[in-house]
Amino acid sequence: MTPAPRPLSPHLQIYKPQLTSVLSITHRATGMALGLGTILLLWWLIAAATSDHAFALAQAFWYSWIGRLLLLGWSYALFYHLCNGIRHLAWDAGYGFTIKATYRSGWIMVSSSLALTLIAWIAGYLVRGI
Amino acid sequence: MSTDDRLRSPLGRALGLGSAKEGVTHWWAQRVTAVALVPLSLWFVASVVALAGADRAAILAWLHAPLAAILMVLLLLALLYHWALGLQVVIEDYIHAEWVKISALMLNQFVAIALAIAGIFAVLRIAFGS
Repeated sequence: MTPAPRPLSPHLQIYKPQLTSVLSITHRATGMALGLGTILLLWWLIAAATSDHAFALAQAFWYSWIGRLLLLGWSYALFYHLCNGIRHLAWDAGYGFTIKATYRSGWIMVSSSLALTLIAWIAGYLVRGI
Repeated sequence: MSTDDRLRSPLGRALGLGSAKEGVTHWWAQRVTAVALVPLSLWFVASVVALAGADRAAILAWLHAPLAAILMVLLLLALLYHWALGLQVVIEDYIHAEWVKISALMLNQFVAIALAIAGIFAVLRIAFGS
């Protein structure tokens, strides 16, 4: 039996991307990226607890250009998920549901997560020296 | 009285509340861990920034202090709990083949608990090490 040709709901691709929907799916994407980052963080922590050799391996990875690039992406994902998470908690408490407030908090979240990432990296390089 | 009330206990009817069993447990735990992770992750980022370029001895000295060790254990608990809850929803949303979904949900919990225990063990080993 062939199924009746019932109307399907539109595919995701036909929607024009909006700040609200893009920030929403990015929250999930950053969450999953942070999940992977957690595994690498634990490698670093367990290596520190294990031996000089194990720690040197982990440290060499984090200080390599690929390690730094991953750390940059991961630190932004962390600040994004943190800032947008606070935005979600505000919604859970019943605040900021109007379209205007949602867009405003969205842009505040984007700029504050970028600013926090920048501050963390500048501080890190100041501590360590370039 | 609505027709739904036929299925409710006299006490439930009198109180006018829902089932109050496990309906919001997942949602609530995600919020509790989220709130805990705000200060804990900011503390962690600040600590790592302060340790930029540090050798293993400095990392060991950092986690040897009781406060840092306790905060790190709390961070790992909240983080991996939040990890398991978040990934569970992603799995439920995108994986539809029943046995793959069940396996992924189980694996998610196994991995989250294993990572949490491994991380906490590493912290305690450093904290109680000489």
